[in-house]
Formats: sequence, structure tokens, C-alpha cells
Amino acid sequence: MSTGLLFALVGAALFPLGAAGLLLQRHLLRRILAFNLMGSGAFLVLVGLAQRQDVPDPVPQAMVLTGIVVAVAATALALALTRRLHALTGRLELPEAAHD
Amino acid sequence: MIDAQQAALVGLILLPLASGAAAFLLGPGRGAGLCIASQAAALFFALQLADSVLAGDIARHRIGGWGAPLGIDLTADGLAAAMLLLTQAVALPLALYARAYFRPDSAEVRYFWPLFGLLLAGLNALFVSTDLFNLYVTLELVGLAAVGLVGIGGGALQIAAALRYLFATLLGSGAYLLGVALIYGAYGSVAVASLTPLVAAEAPTLVGLAAGLMLLGLLLKTALFPCHYWLPPAHGGAAAPVSALLSALVVKASFYLILRLWLGPLAPLTASHPLLPWLPALLGAGAILWGSWQAIRAPRLKTMIAYSTVAQLGYLFLIFPLLGTPGGRAAGILHAVAHGLAKAAMFTAAGVLIKATGQDRIAALAGAAQQLPLTLFAFGLAGVTLMGLPPSAGFLAKWQLLDAALGQGYWGIVLITLSGGLLAAVYVFRVLRQAFLLTSSKTTVAPVPRTLEWTAFGLAGASLLLGLRGVELVELLAVWGWE
Repeated sequence: MSTGLLFALVGAALFPLGAAGLLLQRHLLRRILAFNLMGSGAFLVLVGLAQRQDVPDPVPQAMVLTGIVVAVAATALALALTRRLHALTGRLELPEAAHD
Repeated sequence: MIDAQQAALVGLILLPLASGAAAFLLGPGRGAGLCIASQAAALFFALQLADSVLAGDIARHRIGGWGAPLGIDLTADGLAAAMLLLTQAVALPLALYARAYFRPDSAEVRYFWPLFGLLLAGLNALFVSTDLFNLYVTLELVGLAAVGLVGIGGGALQIAAALRYLFATLLGSGAYLLGVALIYGAYGSVAVASLTPLVAAEAPTLVGLAAGLMLLGLLLKTALFPCHYWLPPAHGGAAAPVSALLSALVVKASFYLILRLWLGPLAPLTASHPLLPWLPALLGAGAILWGSWQAIRAPRLKTMIAYSTVAQLGYLFLIFPLLGTPGGRAAGILHAVAHGLAKAAMFTAAGVLIKATGQDRIAALAGAAQQLPLTLFAFGLAGVTLMGLPPSAGFLAKWQLLDAALGQGYWGIVLITLSGGLLAAVYVFRVLRQAFLLTSSKTTVAPVPRTLEWTAFGLAGASLLLGLRGVELVELLAVWGWE
């Protein structure tokens, strides 16, 4: 098995783990971490699957760099909103959806 | 050198981006005039672009002179030009509305203008991108700006709605990104122009999985039933101009991308099984019935309008079995445009009612029509479009949909379309009936700026009058540029 394929398989395993965490976890910090895990999974697939005969392809590396910037921005936004929610309610979980 | 058409194409992205950035530099709450001026120019560019595309001249621009597959190509065909026009036509009145709506010292206006500019830059870039990865970046730009806008009020409910929306939108774009990664792994390209022939030639199972991931992620972002859980708190809880932007434009962006992929590069996969288009149609039918039912039951005005959005999004997916017919395609886009204008009008009108009466319970609206006749008139006109009565654009869309469905003998779609219109009438009249009640005790109504009432009225009027210009819009949609 080539290293590229190994990266891609690890990525394919990380992605559903992260997605499940994002959906099922209640603690907001855990959900933010889960999102980052999910993103890393997608990045690994992107970089790993594109390697042919263990020669790295520069295009997906550039894409992943862009993706990391997006993920950092999203994480920062999620953390800022979480801090605000914590300051207002003292909790680190989303309240139950209001049924009115 | 770039010509006037390319300048319009690039200007539509750079203008809102520059005005948003300038608004940020000017400081909290400032930059309204700048953003309004840049939106006016963007509307002019969009009109210019639509005019030249209507003449059969598809706009293309290679960013930085690097062409696909390595560089990013921007393309504006009829569908993109129509969405760009809708976006600018809704955003300009909403910018005017927002300037009058927010008090200059309120917390809500602090970051509104930078986020407004960023959101529009993202939307406009999304409509003209023809590169799957660049589309991912624009999707995230739109999503992050929209989440920021939901949270600008800073209240606990708004922050919670923003976080719920953020997690939904990140999951959706994460699935889309994994799909893009698999596609790059299979074909070594993400440019639509080079992918389309490759997918048509050979599509391994991996690509089917990628297509499924991308479409599922986008369905979540479009809030198609039953993935709509995040929409009512986000759209119903945000400030009125933000709700209008989100319901009119943001959900349409991911729908636009679904339609593009479905008919474009993924067409060989989506056409592989005759039952596949019925899956979105079935979910769309569920959205119409469930969303309308929730709208009828909602005690709060903005929650009602948000559930109405859930229902109206259903029509956009009802067209999928009819996409083979030109009428079906036109019906979907006409509906997206009609709903965009009408829903912006409805949320802005609701914003006036909430500002004037100080609360948003439908039951407490009694007597509002005597005090705010223009706003209620705007609300009613927007309702006419949602119900699909002539001469509105909503009528034209439903007519096209019924015509195409009858032509194919799809009676289920006919039935759902007609009952959806009736259900819309129930929830619209519920508000109007309450507002037109004559009360003996005088409802206390705070004075509201006239701009608010007139922009709501203008948007509602546009949704009604668009029905008279429907032919041009259908002609525009016939210009297809994603080969």
C-alpha cells in the first residue's frame, strides 16, 4: 500500500468520526474539536488520494492550505460565539430548541 | 485587457468586498452610505451583465490570466445572471432598509455592514465560479458571513441560533469538501469544464459516493426537509434585515449549486436511474406540507415566515423530475426569484410591525392595519406571490410547474403544488385577518421611519410585477454556459 492511499484511508476514517461528534456531542468545545477532526479527514483524503506513485501533487496542497484558513476562521467564529454564550448563560451547551 | 462585460463580472465580486472591508476599517456601525452606493453600482453591473447575456453573449473571465484547469474561470450564463440580478435587486432595498432600521448606537449595527459586504461578495462569487473547490470557498464565505449576521444582536437566543446554524453549515460544507476531494482523487481536476467530459466518459463508484456527499451537504445547507431544523431559529430570531437576506438569498445559493451540479458535471450520475430525481421531489413535498403546517401553527410572526421559507424551498425540489423539460427548469428559477423578492418583502414588513408594536406575537397584531396600512398592503402583496395568484411571479412559476407536470402526467406534483398554495393562503390570511380586526382599544404604535415601509412595499411590488416580465427571465435562463 502506498503512503498516499494510507493517508486517504485514515482521512476517510476521521471524517465520519468528526461528523458523528459534530452531530452527537452536546458540549460545544467537543463539537468544535469534532469539526476540526472532520476537516482534517477531508484534507487527508484530498492530499492522499491525489498522490500518484508517492509523488506529491502540489495543487491539492494549495487547496488544503486554503481549506485550513477557512477551518481556522470557522473555529475562531465558533469559539467567539461559544464564549459569548457562556458569558450570557454560564453554560457550554446549546439550549433545547424552543418550541413556540 | 478586459472588456465591459468582464469588468461587470469582476466588479460584482470586488465592489461588495471592498465596501465591506472599508466599512470594517471605518469602525463599528459606519459605512452604510458606502455599502448602499456600492450595491447600487452592483445592481447596475448585474443589469448590464443580464442584458449582454440575453443577447447570447456568455461572460467569461480568467482570474489573473490563468485559465482552467489550474486557474479559476468565472462564467456568467443566463442562470448565473438571473441569480446575480435577484441578489442585487434584493440587497439594495435591504441596505436602505437596514440603514433606517438599526439605531446608530445599537449593538446590532456594530458589525452589520462589513458582514453585509462579505456576504454579498461571497454570493456573487458563488454564482459565477466554475471550479468545484472555489465553489467550496465561496460556500464557506457565505456561510460564515451569514452566521455572523445571525449573531449580531448578541442575545443568548440569537447566539444559540447562530451556533446551531454554524454547526449545520460546517457539516454541510464539510461533506461537500470531502466530495470534492474524492473527485480530485478520481480525475485530478476540479474545473467544471474539464470534469464534465471526464464524468461522462467514466464514473467509478468513488465518484458516485462523491456526488452523494456533495449533494447531501448542499441539501443540509439549503435546509430541505427534514434537514431544516436549524433554519427557523436562525431566520426567525435574527434582526429583520438579516432574516430577509438569509431567507431571500442565502438558502438559494446552495440550491443554485445543487441545480448546477445536477444538470452539469454530475448529470451522467443523476440521470443513471429514473427514480433518483424523485428523492428530492419527495423531500420537497414533505417540506411543503410540514413547513406550511408549522407556519399555520406558529404563534410568532417571524417564526411563521421562517417556516414559510421551509415550505417554499420545497417547490424548488419539486421540479427535479421535470428538469428534462425546459418548463420545469424555468419554473424552479422563477420560483426562486419570486420567493426571494416576496420573502424579503415579508420579513421587512414584519420588521416594521415588530418595531411599531414592540412585540412579534401574531395574536397581538389586532388593529395594526389601521395604523400601518402600507406595511400590511406590502405583506398582503408578498402573500399573493407566495400563494401563487396572478399576476405575480409566483403565479407564473406555479403555472410553469403545473404545465410541465401535467405534460408528463405527474399528478402527485400537481396535487402538492395546488395544496401548497392553499396552505400558504391559510397562514397569510391568519396574519391579515388578525391585523385587520377592528379594535376598540387603540393599539399603541410607535412611529417608524417611512423608508422602512416603502422598501417593504417596493420589494413586494417587484415580486408582483416580475410576473409581467417573466418572458425575458425565461429567455435569459435558456442561455446555458456550463458545458
